[in-house]
Amino acid sequence: MAANAPTAPADAAPTGHGWRSSKLPDIKLMMWVFLASDCMFFGSLIGTYLIYKDRSLVGPYPLDIFDIPLTTISTFVLLMSSFLMVIALHALRQNNIGGFRLWTAGVAFFGSIFLGFQIYEFLHFVDAGLSLNTSLFGSTFYVLTGTHGVHVAIGVLWLVSIVVASYIRPVTSEDAVYLEVAGLYWHFVDIVWIVIFTLVYLVDFV
Amino acid sequence: MPMTHWLRRAAIPLLGTLLLAGCEFTGLQSTLDPAGPIAQAQLDLFLWSYWLSWLVIIGVFGAMAYALVRFRTRASDPDRIPTQFHGSTKFEIALTIAPVLIVIAVAVPTVQAIFATETRAVPEEGDVIVNVTGYQWWWRFEYPEHGVVTANEMHVPVGRRVIVNLESADVLHAFWVPRLAGKRDLIPNQNNQLWFSADETGEFYGQCAELCLGAHAYMKFRVHVVEEEEFGAWVDAFEAPAALPESDDQRVRRGHDLFATKGCTTCHTVDGYRGDVRVGSSDFPNLTNFGLRTSLAAGVVDNGQENLETWLRNPQIFKPGNYMPRVWSEDDPNADEEIAAVAAYLLSLGAGAETEALAVEPDTLAFTTSSLGGDHGDR
Amino acid sequence: MAIGRQAAPPVSDGTLLKRPTWTTGIGSWLTTVDHKRLGILYIVSSFLFMGLASIEAFIIRLQLIAPNQQLVSPDAYNQLFTMHGVTMVFLAIMPLGTGLANYFVPLLIGARDLAFPRLNAFGYWVYLLGGLFIYSSFFLGGAPDVGWFAYAPLTSLSNNPGVGTDFYMLGLVITGIGTLVTAMNLIVTIISMRAPGMTMMRMPVFAWMILITSFLIIFAFPPLTIALVQVIFDRTFGTLFYVPEAGGLPILWQHLFWIFGHPEVYIIILPAFGVISEIIPTFSRKPLFGYPVMILSGIFIGFMGFAVWSHHMFTTGLGPVANTAFSLTSFVIGIPTGVKIFNWIGTMWGGAIRFTVPMLYAIAFLIMFVLGGITGIMLAMPPFDAQVHDSYFVVAHFHYVMGGGALFAFFAAVYYWFPKITGRMMSERLGKIAFAFFFVGFNMIFMPQHFAGLLGMPRRVQTYDDGFGFEIWNLVSTYGTFVMGTGMILILLSVIWAFRNGDRAGNDPWDARTLEWTTTSPPQHHNFDVQPVALDRDAFWARKHPELAHGDDPALYDHDYDAGGIHMPGQSWYPFLMSLSIVIGAYGILYQNFVLAIVMAVLIVFSTYGWAFEGVGGHHVHPDDDAAEGATD
Repeated sequence: MAANAPTAPADAAPTGHGWRSSKLPDIKLMMWVFLASDCMFFGSLIGTYLIYKDRSLVGPYPLDIFDIPLTTISTFVLLMSSFLMVIALHALRQNNIGGFRLWTAGVAFFGSIFLGFQIYEFLHFVDAGLSLNTSLFGSTFYVLTGTHGVHVAIGVLWLVSIVVASYIRPVTSEDAVYLEVAGLYWHFVDIVWIVIFTLVYLVDFV
Repeated sequence: MPMTHWLRRAAIPLLGTLLLAGCEFTGLQSTLDPAGPIAQAQLDLFLWSYWLSWLVIIGVFGAMAYALVRFRTRASDPDRIPTQFHGSTKFEIALTIAPVLIVIAVAVPTVQAIFATETRAVPEEGDVIVNVTGYQWWWRFEYPEHGVVTANEMHVPVGRRVIVNLESADVLHAFWVPRLAGKRDLIPNQNNQLWFSADETGEFYGQCAELCLGAHAYMKFRVHVVEEEEFGAWVDAFEAPAALPESDDQRVRRGHDLFATKGCTTCHTVDGYRGDVRVGSSDFPNLTNFGLRTSLAAGVVDNGQENLETWLRNPQIFKPGNYMPRVWSEDDPNADEEIAAVAAYLLSLGAGAETEALAVEPDTLAFTTSSLGGDHGDR
Repeated sequence: MAIGRQAAPPVSDGTLLKRPTWTTGIGSWLTTVDHKRLGILYIVSSFLFMGLASIEAFIIRLQLIAPNQQLVSPDAYNQLFTMHGVTMVFLAIMPLGTGLANYFVPLLIGARDLAFPRLNAFGYWVYLLGGLFIYSSFFLGGAPDVGWFAYAPLTSLSNNPGVGTDFYMLGLVITGIGTLVTAMNLIVTIISMRAPGMTMMRMPVFAWMILITSFLIIFAFPPLTIALVQVIFDRTFGTLFYVPEAGGLPILWQHLFWIFGHPEVYIIILPAFGVISEIIPTFSRKPLFGYPVMILSGIFIGFMGFAVWSHHMFTTGLGPVANTAFSLTSFVIGIPTGVKIFNWIGTMWGGAIRFTVPMLYAIAFLIMFVLGGITGIMLAMPPFDAQVHDSYFVVAHFHYVMGGGALFAFFAAVYYWFPKITGRMMSERLGKIAFAFFFVGFNMIFMPQHFAGLLGMPRRVQTYDDGFGFEIWNLVSTYGTFVMGTGMILILLSVIWAFRNGDRAGNDPWDARTLEWTTTSPPQHHNFDVQPVALDRDAFWARKHPELAHGDDPALYDHDYDAGGIHMPGQSWYPFLMSLSIVIGAYGILYQNFVLAIVMAVLIVFSTYGWAFEGVGGHHVHPDDDAAEGATD
């Protein structure tokens, strides 16, 4: 909420659509606001999971089916994708379009691997007898991690779209803000996963 | 000129409130006519805040009325531009302290009352324990200490603490006997508790206060506060309920048989009913000692031959939406006779007990649902 | 959510669908991104929904005019009060505030539009179509009948097999999306599009309250949405969130609902506070008394709004400690609210008060909001709440707050801003007569309900027996509906009258104080010919009375903010298309026709890409050139 610098009209946002009273580009501000809201979405889901923890009447229970090493690997993959995101953004800011495309595609690729792990995990759990309507654990677990998975999938789609779009309409370092916004989203989804991994998977084992 | 209009307009509802405050607000479910310490504490708190609110109303509305009159634009000087002041720290502080004081004045007795009335009771010697289960749309009352299971009408001894354990069999309900105690919800998977005691004997009206669809509006009940001996007699009546009515009345005996053949026993229990018939399920109203009840269909209408016949003929008349099936079809030639017999039988249940005096108190008939009873009673 | 892309130049004329350029006709309304047109659409839609809700309320009151009436069946009655509540909260009062914000926040802060004009259009269409979606349930097997807060497990498939509950759940998810994106949009707009010189502490209070409200929305709606989705999953996919037999806790729904539900009360009332804070200064010809305190108390109320939800649940057996805590936090909210009341009176104190129709509504707001606030404090006392919770006392209380408070304030706003929106003056005389009916009728309806509640009448019962003392109060209450209804009809007539015979409103008919009155009535498409600057809190007043102004910074004037023309965004089909796809997709989910749902999902993706690649588009306006440009609305 920066105070206006009255004599600095040059601060107008990069969209060039008239005077702006904030130095933050609108879309970036928008993304922050959205993420604040998204916190509450995940907060409610995680809250529900924790409240219903240990209330399931039938198995399988978390301890029966969680495979911590496997999920640790997928978590690591997702973490690394965030790292690539930083590199991709840096590349675009340097006007290194090739690097930007490569690393952004890398993020999407790592995200896809994470999704693959999640699909594998879901199938494995269903085989082990846990489905949406088996128990409260099933309901809360799938809806929570599923919502996260949908976030990742949207992120992958978004990043792929950005890469594809860069071939249709040339991009320059001036467009970095669009990648940055996607990056904010991606980092957020990553952080949420860390929280989920800790509160859902790890807590039972300590 | 417009000012006086204004004052008058605002004054009407306010004055009305003041006048009404002087009236007696008695009523069968009036929260303003408490008959026990819990309801009394709840009312006391309300009255304290009520009188305090007059302080606020007079202060705020008085200041506003003064400002509106004093600082109105006069026709003589329509374009006057008043001094443009933006605020005053001194005033702001004073005006913040005022509501703080009021809030403290309300908060202190509130917290005291919360702990006095809502602390979970630990059963002690002398308490009466009642397990209440809410069903769409009736109440199951179980007295675990006395082995009594009944429906829709509770008996409790005057002066003793009654601990009510609340449970729901389906959706949410709320247990509310305004003259004895404020409500508490019945929630599946949650053991709620309410306790109260009554200072005087009498029949107290209660009602479900949480939307449960269908016949929610008719999910009522009654609490009979009785003397200690009467309570003992009432409990005794459940120990050895009459197996076969000792009545010479042929109608009653016929009703007794019809109770099984017409399928009533599928749902309803009557303790001591013929040994060869499997009766009822605990998920339906237990009709043991039904003749002792003063009301029908969960406190909806007064109990009696005529209303009971109407009820049996078509349960939807008194209580639209309820789950009781219609047993006799419209064109059943035996309907009238059979219904009369079953009603007579049901009313005879418990009639042999010494508690007969309780059965129907004449003065409670003062508020029959005359329109309904009258319309359908003479069919 | 949309991929909030504000496309980079060069601007295309539409990629997948041709970019519409109509300026009149239905197409221009379906594709408009103009905040003023969308504001009008919001306001008109919310009044239409309010009309429906009023009819429902009228039937409810007719049913309750006397004991043991059988005008409607219990089932129909349940649908009526549920839809009345859902409509008033989600489809009438809240969107009315959103509509006013849509129209006036940009004007108040000296902007030309919202930050994301197409997202704004999307928010509106999702709200409207979502509202119609809920209402379609009346024709498709029965409306929701579980009360506006739809307590589990009444909403489970086994307890409630009808489609009404599905319409409620899906409908609120859909309208919630609209509310969320519009709130986000308003936050960005208010933070980044204030006029030069307009610091946060120079911003009109209405814009401030909308900012706080928008933050409340983005934090409060997600818990609701999650709770709704959980029930949708329970009903559609057989999950067990609220199935007691599987260990589910019905009380969890109440927590999630009220974590949303209480902030929702402030989401409705804070814009009303904002409106009152604009109107009272104008008609007292004085600045708002204690502006910083007003802002801070608004923020404080917003924060505390998240710490009081369980006061709706005092009777659920939370225990004395929790009840004490939530009781105290609720009391604490009374303090900033009281401060606001005092400051409004302080604003009038020493002023030059004009009793115009908007001012009358504002005064009525003060009276009724104080009364509703007092009963609110009473209800925050758990022991007393145990008696009157879910009784008519509560019904009376929240109608005083939501109706006598928020609605009267919004009526004040509509009367206040009507000349700006339409360019016509409304009749003061007719307005005052209508107001008298409206005010007296309102109090006739709701004051007696306090007594019915104290006498033990529960809410949501479709009938009551005689002998309980409820009769007289219900009779008076029902008579009140005729009085208030007359007021509503008179208001409607006065609107028609104004369009036919109303005097032309100049730019500034009220001698007002804020920037919206500097431009024409109605404002041109681009709002202001010249980017306004704000030198004072009451920016326009300071311009009219330079001798009374506080600061001056001539440098602000020196700059040509509109060099190169004023950019106005282009119209778009995608917001409407996406909203339509979402709502039709919801029918697919509701009827488990997943093919339809998937087709609609594809359309949503299509609209998303179309939206992103179409870019913000638009054209530049050069007011100086006097060019013939479709600026008339």
